[in-house]
Amino acid sequence: MTDENGFIHPYVPNAAPAPRRRLLGEIGVEKVSDLYVSVPEELQVKGLLNLPDALPAEHDLRRHVDEMLSRNLSCRDHLNFCGAGCWQHYVPAICDEITGRGEFLTAYGGGTYSDHGKNQAIFEFQSLIGELVGMEVVGTPAYDIGAAVNSAVTMACRITERRGVLLSGGVSASLRSQVRGFTKMVADVDLIGIDPATGLIDLDDLKAKLTGDIGAVYFENPAFLGLIDGRGAEIAALVHAAGALLVVGVDPLSLGVLAAPGDYGADIVCGEIQPLGIHMYGGGGCAGFIASRDEERFVAEFPMILMSIAPGAEEGDIGFAWSTMQRTSYDKRHDSEDYAGTTQWLWGIGAAVYLSLMGPRGMEELGRGILQRARYAAGRIDGLEGAGVPHLDGAFFKEFTVDFSASGKSVGDINAALLARGIFGGKDLSADFPLLGQSALYCVTEMHGKSDIDRLVDTLAEVLS
Amino acid sequence: MSANGGGFHAARWNEALINELSEEGARGIVPPAVDAEIAAAVGDVAAALPEGARREAPPDLPEVTQHRVLRHFLRLSQMCMGFDVTTDMMGTCTMKYSPKAHEHMARGAKLADLHPLQDVGSLQGLLELMYRFNRIMCEISGMDEFTFQPASGAQGIYTNACLIRAYHESRGDLGKRDEIITTAASHPADAATPSVAGFKVITLMPGEMGFAGVDALKAAISERTAGLMLTNPEDTGQYNPNIRQFVDLVHEAGGLCAYDQANGNPLLGVVRAGDTGFDMCQFNLHKTFSAPHGSLGMGCAAVGVKDFLRKFLPRPIVAEDGSGGYRLDYDPGQGIDRIRAFIGNVHAVLKAYSWVMSLGAEGLRAVAETAVLNNNYMLAKMRTVRGVTIPWPANNYPKLEQVRYSFEQMFAETGVTSHDVIDRMVDFGVQHCMPSHVPMLVTEPFTMEPGESLTVAEMDQMLAAIEAISDEAYSDAAKAQGGPYNAATTRIDGDVPEDPDCWAFTYRGYLRKKAMWTSENRRKIERHEGGY
Repeated sequence: MTDENGFIHPYVPNAAPAPRRRLLGEIGVEKVSDLYVSVPEELQVKGLLNLPDALPAEHDLRRHVDEMLSRNLSCRDHLNFCGAGCWQHYVPAICDEITGRGEFLTAYGGGTYSDHGKNQAIFEFQSLIGELVGMEVVGTPAYDIGAAVNSAVTMACRITERRGVLLSGGVSASLRSQVRGFTKMVADVDLIGIDPATGLIDLDDLKAKLTGDIGAVYFENPAFLGLIDGRGAEIAALVHAAGALLVVGVDPLSLGVLAAPGDYGADIVCGEIQPLGIHMYGGGGCAGFIASRDEERFVAEFPMILMSIAPGAEEGDIGFAWSTMQRTSYDKRHDSEDYAGTTQWLWGIGAAVYLSLMGPRGMEELGRGILQRARYAAGRIDGLEGAGVPHLDGAFFKEFTVDFSASGKSVGDINAALLARGIFGGKDLSADFPLLGQSALYCVTEMHGKSDIDRLVDTLAEVLS
Repeated sequence: MSANGGGFHAARWNEALINELSEEGARGIVPPAVDAEIAAAVGDVAAALPEGARREAPPDLPEVTQHRVLRHFLRLSQMCMGFDVTTDMMGTCTMKYSPKAHEHMARGAKLADLHPLQDVGSLQGLLELMYRFNRIMCEISGMDEFTFQPASGAQGIYTNACLIRAYHESRGDLGKRDEIITTAASHPADAATPSVAGFKVITLMPGEMGFAGVDALKAAISERTAGLMLTNPEDTGQYNPNIRQFVDLVHEAGGLCAYDQANGNPLLGVVRAGDTGFDMCQFNLHKTFSAPHGSLGMGCAAVGVKDFLRKFLPRPIVAEDGSGGYRLDYDPGQGIDRIRAFIGNVHAVLKAYSWVMSLGAEGLRAVAETAVLNNNYMLAKMRTVRGVTIPWPANNYPKLEQVRYSFEQMFAETGVTSHDVIDRMVDFGVQHCMPSHVPMLVTEPFTMEPGESLTVAEMDQMLAAIEAISDEAYSDAAKAQGGPYNAATTRIDGDVPEDPDCWAFTYRGYLRKKAMWTSENRRKIERHEGGY
């Protein structure tokens, strides 16, 4: 490209010769390189980068990318039983319709007046999550539940002025890694043991570890391995008696049937919103949230943007604004203990649409149905030779562990055999939870009818035999 | 006149909150029913839940019929100024066109309905795309390996801070090297994220040229220096020509250098972080590489490192499997802990890859040059707007992709502030500009970045809006201070979101606290004037 012949492309209109000449003339320079005089010559690339040949025709580009993508097998053409932090749920058409709207999709940092609608949608996201978890303060979306937990446990440490964090030993290896990295310099993290009989956190171990140094205790309900703990209030009482704060992680999709953590004593609630009307996008659908009571000492420690409602100038008008930004790293810069920035707001809007569609009845029916399907699937799998569901007598939501150790086969081999028959099996837990042997985490959602579950069971029977 | 030829008025639906649209018994969607045989086999599982875990009353969500939910959110979308509908020159944001074809590809089942833990054999298309883009990013940046795990610029910069920490830790130097140097006009995340990672942060202030000088850097460097983290050009649009010397000095002192390429749009195909001597860098795929900004995310940071830092990247990394396919390398090695769940915002990677493939090497350079061309055109015109000044007048270099202007003179002469201008802009049918990140180095700041996507006519419409506001400031200051008038909502009581007695972040908080809005006992609020 030269200044004379320019470059013609639909995405760069002023690279064409005529506007390029015109703009150079208006600026009063002869050539574009005159505009780069602040950049030392020796740092500038000579010639062009060595990149693949361009595909400027949209058709050619789509053909190229679609050809690559066609080599993926998707959960729409395969039967999927893998969850483990990213779950296949039905995404209502209206969720896709709204998250695909250009006005939202291509908005960014607009404010009270320019992006009023975005702000209202995010305020509604906060509102609807608040109803599910039983809290009055909900922040704008976090990156994912792991980032939310990072922020929540360090918030709790700052509020209590303590360094100790106790994490349930049942959280995922991924989340454990996220927390370990984030808290490395500011907190001491220990794990609460899991009672092998129940799969739930061991309260004796919790009591023993709840010293005066502990600022935050984190457990998930339902747990990563699907189990539901009915002792939330008891755990909260223990934690509060020790002067610590209780952080509870939830799958918000479960809260049509499960108690709101705010109602059993949680101080901060975290969660993953991907199940609420967001496609999995290979994990890109993940986004999180943090919620707390409306107390100044909590709000002051929220790291992210908080969207507040406010009255407009005329009677009945409402507007929205980013509240108390002096809390955030935008203002605190080198004094920051956490950071704010672009996160996953579009998925927050999608979740608001989802919860608006579902309503109280939808969430309740969905939750009840998932409980039933998961129990049916677990019961049938438990009946297979070589497979067992360790906590079949406990309560679980959506996911449950299947132990294949008795079969003499590895989860890896079983999953490969399932895949050959068109099924994605559960997440292999053997590396992350070695004590569980050859176990896998199976996920059953409202996407699965009886015939799907029966097909899984029949196929497993074939694979295990 | 409006930017679009006159008479602009935003949609103002006065749309109620979704909670207020609730009508008892209305349904928006019905979940799939449970098969009767399953129900018969397992009974009422919910009723058998442990008492302490069972929800006693359904959540107080709104009950709204389907089309009304659709209408509600469509109306909200109409009250939002995305790039698809209007000109957005918000500084530090690199707003540009996000091609629709890429969006359509990302929304197909072969990406949207992938589970991240599927067998790698079933993800070969995605992994190949990520691998190819990794190689492309290496060529663009001069780095040797990339990860796409971080979900935003700030998270990418945080990743850089963690990499610096891991490097010094591996050498047993972490206790000795605990200081990161940045500059005041770099993005706040360049100061904030190393602080989060446990470093002390030294911020260099700009000299008369508008960027930090070599002497300031020398004074900050010591045996405690762990690294340098900055943007260049900074958020002022000014490129620091001493950058190579900065990097060399920090290296000589034993520190690492991280190049935050949040402002990298004018450098695509022109300057490479690796050639400038940096050890690592990060690019925003949602800004520079056209993936849509998603109302404040889904973003994606591409974090690149030189070969000697490859072992510290967070896992997994996409690698060749030796037989023509691709695998995910989960071997933790010395890799830093996970930054984000799974393998990143891969839909943003797809869009960024598609964008580069559409443009090619020549096109990337055209993007950079045109962004600079457009910006200097805006600068030439903005110089003539009454009340506008260009800070750091000693610096006569052309700016690169953005300019931090000042309305100091207009404020002195009329009382109209840059925030007034920003609010008033919306009446002209354009997205407002941002003032400045903290610290406020410039009085009455106003930061504009036109990007490469806009036509000359669109830039002229933006200029016409600014000129009209300037004229108004000098003829009818009260009107210029009272905007917006034609926006989606009327001016709010800005003290409410700052007042703990009044703020409300949820509907339930709003119901409890709104009576305080009109109470005589409201506290006096010190208004916060930062810009984002």
